[in-house]
Amino acid sequence: MYHPLDALFQLQRALESRLDSEWLRDTTTGSGGFPPINVFQQGDNLVAILELAGVSRSDLDIQAKDNTIRIAGKKAVSYPENVSVHRRERLSGTFDRTLTVPMQIDADRIKAEYRDGVLALFIPRAESDKPRSIAIN
Amino acid sequence: MSPQELQVQEKRELEKKQEATVPARTFVPTADIFETEAALTVVLEMPGVDKGNVDISVEDGVLTVQGRLDFSKYEGMQPVYTEYNIGHYRRSFSLSNKINQDKIGAEMKDGVLTVVMPKAEKAKPRRISVG
Repeated sequence: MYHPLDALFQLQRALESRLDSEWLRDTTTGSGGFPPINVFQQGDNLVAILELAGVSRSDLDIQAKDNTIRIAGKKAVSYPENVSVHRRERLSGTFDRTLTVPMQIDADRIKAEYRDGVLALFIPRAESDKPRSIAIN
Repeated sequence: MSPQELQVQEKRELEKKQEATVPARTFVPTADIFETEAALTVVLEMPGVDKGNVDISVEDGVLTVQGRLDFSKYEGMQPVYTEYNIGHYRRSFSLSNKINQDKIGAEMKDGVLTVVMPKAEKAKPRRISVG
């Protein structure tokens, strides 16, 4: 029987088990930098999901070239005037990260969706990079 | 590294008073709290939470905010490289002011929830003139 909490736990375990993955270690600059990145495989393609709570869509700049994607921007945290601040945990500042994936991708067809402070990049694998079945004569 | 460069804030896991039957993790959202003469405002970062999945309650002087993550969109995706974990969010604060519960307002934008709690009339400071 499907149980949503079980499903979440399984997903959390799967994410945990890839935490020290070597898959991108040498190619992605600022590993551990902001914003944090998770990369998933979905069929032939990749999906990169980044947490950017508090970043406005208009402050987000995404560029792609060859198999490298750059995500840059800024996050602003502001308070109204004449307030007393009791607790201040949220950080503001700029960020600039590149993600280089170890496969040929179709940079022109990358799709980006930004919703609820989460950026999802749908990265299609290049046709030329896909394995081909070879017929035996 | 310039001081303006954003740092990753490690997600903090909620310490539960009771163990859940299913050991899924819940995280504590990063928060700012500020106060004006009229209201107390709590700002919480809950990336991935839709505004329809937020519960806000004030009971016995304790504000509790819960955000449920819709993780169904992760179906069919295999993680290959990860830097953070995901889960639901929950955080509570005991309030030192009396709050006008009927007038609590909340707004969600880019994964950031802002809860504005107007103070009850009698909790507002009163100017006392010396006769």
